[in-house]
Amino acid sequence: MTGPSSGEAVAKPASSGLAWLLDHRVLLSIAVLAVLPWLLPSKALAVNVLIYGVVVMGYNLLFGYTGLLSFGQAAFFGSGAYFTGIAIGRYGVPWFAAVPIAVLLSTCLAAAIGIVSTRTRGIYFSMVTLALAQLVYYVALQAASFTGGENGLRGFTVDRINLFGLQVNFLDPINKYYVLMAFAALAMWFQSRILNSPFGAVIEAVRENEQRARACGYDVERSKLVVFMLSGAISSLGGCMLALHLSIVPLDILHYQTSGMIVMMVLLGGARSFFGPFVGAASFLILEDVISLWTPHWQIFVGAIFVLFVLFLPKGIWGTLLDALDSGKARR
Amino acid sequence: MTGELLRAEGIGKRFGGFVALEGITVSFAAGQLTSIIGPNGAGKSTFFNILSGALTPTSGKLHFKGRELNGLPQHRFVHQGISRSYQITNIFPDLSVHENVRVAAQALIVSYDIWRNRARMVELDARADAALDAVGLLARRSGLAKFLSHGQQRALEIAVALVSEPELLLLDEPTAGMGPEETKDMVALLERLADKRTVLLVEHKMKMVLGLSKRVVVLHHGRLLADGAPDEIRSNPEVRRVYLGQSEGYG
Repeated sequence: MTGPSSGEAVAKPASSGLAWLLDHRVLLSIAVLAVLPWLLPSKALAVNVLIYGVVVMGYNLLFGYTGLLSFGQAAFFGSGAYFTGIAIGRYGVPWFAAVPIAVLLSTCLAAAIGIVSTRTRGIYFSMVTLALAQLVYYVALQAASFTGGENGLRGFTVDRINLFGLQVNFLDPINKYYVLMAFAALAMWFQSRILNSPFGAVIEAVRENEQRARACGYDVERSKLVVFMLSGAISSLGGCMLALHLSIVPLDILHYQTSGMIVMMVLLGGARSFFGPFVGAASFLILEDVISLWTPHWQIFVGAIFVLFVLFLPKGIWGTLLDALDSGKARR
Repeated sequence: MTGELLRAEGIGKRFGGFVALEGITVSFAAGQLTSIIGPNGAGKSTFFNILSGALTPTSGKLHFKGRELNGLPQHRFVHQGISRSYQITNIFPDLSVHENVRVAAQALIVSYDIWRNRARMVELDARADAALDAVGLLARRSGLAKFLSHGQQRALEIAVALVSEPELLLLDEPTAGMGPEETKDMVALLERLADKRTVLLVEHKMKMVLGLSKRVVVLHHGRLLADGAPDEIRSNPEVRRVYLGQSEGYG
């Protein structure tokens, strides 16, 4: 992956148009998401773009910005959803408290998986994350009394929510979209903070050259663990959003196919770009929607398109677009 | 700056059954440039990696400013004041030249802070630019590191090592793979550095080493063969036999 880091643009805010985009990436992204339900064919699709966008954004922190190819991100997407559902359904926790609890517990899960997996490198890291995520899948499958097993988790419908004294019908798709968008906005703000922070420079250094980063005085292993946890936390928020949206958590969400889909989405949209994950999630879901209308074998076509992307547009849709906008300058 | 900075006591290193280093006892005074030379396989790189924390010695002790370094992980060595460059160019290729040095400067201050805005840490910019200026790369600060020439990348590595203001600077063959022009520039840079700093240099190019160094340490088959001023080394019959006579000044 070539091109200068976002760090350069952060360090030297230039007056060019792209630098302006970069400086306001959170607000611009929120603005785009705010009109999304009217741009897409259905409101349900827009909600899914929101949810998967957040999941993939969290994954982008790990894969795009730190260069760690994990095949187990579904574990945190799923754990966010399951913990939210269990907290609400089993323990009667109000929804607004269930979300932070679920994110916190998922971050602990990310710490546990991260401690083991970040000791390995390259393909071993990918395989260890895949294996540990499958372990989480089987735990959810077996602990049926808690998770509903194969049938998925049910019985925690959130239909009406109270927003500062205002009763909102959460079953209305537009209301639901904007409530969930607030979570997405929070996630984007958090991710942007991380990227702009000193730690954002550390993960860049780790991605570029682990050995040099270590020789510079960074604890590479601990930095990887921290970014693994942050990434898991953000992706788990997407899981919380899914649970609130569906009022059911399907077991499939934990399956490695979900992890694979997350990898595909980030590559379609553009790894290492701020808004790329949402573009990737949207393209994938639209492709799935459109192609599955006329053939049940939509995965063949999505797969072929994915291969073409990896071969000819390695920076993804958004990354390529930004490069075209300003070749040689930093990416959004 | 005078007095003993680093002392290695009976350093040994084995890789399985292979003895790479045995019983190296040597100390380095502050404020001078010392070179470590020896034929290929003499154990120079192993010794260097031990001094910079990349390898842990099988036996022996390292003392830096009177403190024992044994058991410290590599990334802590910089925080103690020991910084290094690599034999094979080792930079952050897709970061800008400035970012390469800036991120190295940041390592001593903060790692895990996710709340501060790094762009506002302007003192890092100043330090990075000062280090780039010292190696003559300030004009190239905005370009990507991977687009620098080989010689410039080597200089960048030295800037990355310098920016932590190390008390001991370890340079592993800074002129490796360089042409005569680039070598000349690098030698000039090393001379400037040696004025103010304690530098430990591993080098193959004999003429350059003997011209630059105040002191030369010769390793052979993992043992200390000779240790002294360049003139003594030049006239040492042992050294001549194993090393100097081999070729036109190259080992």
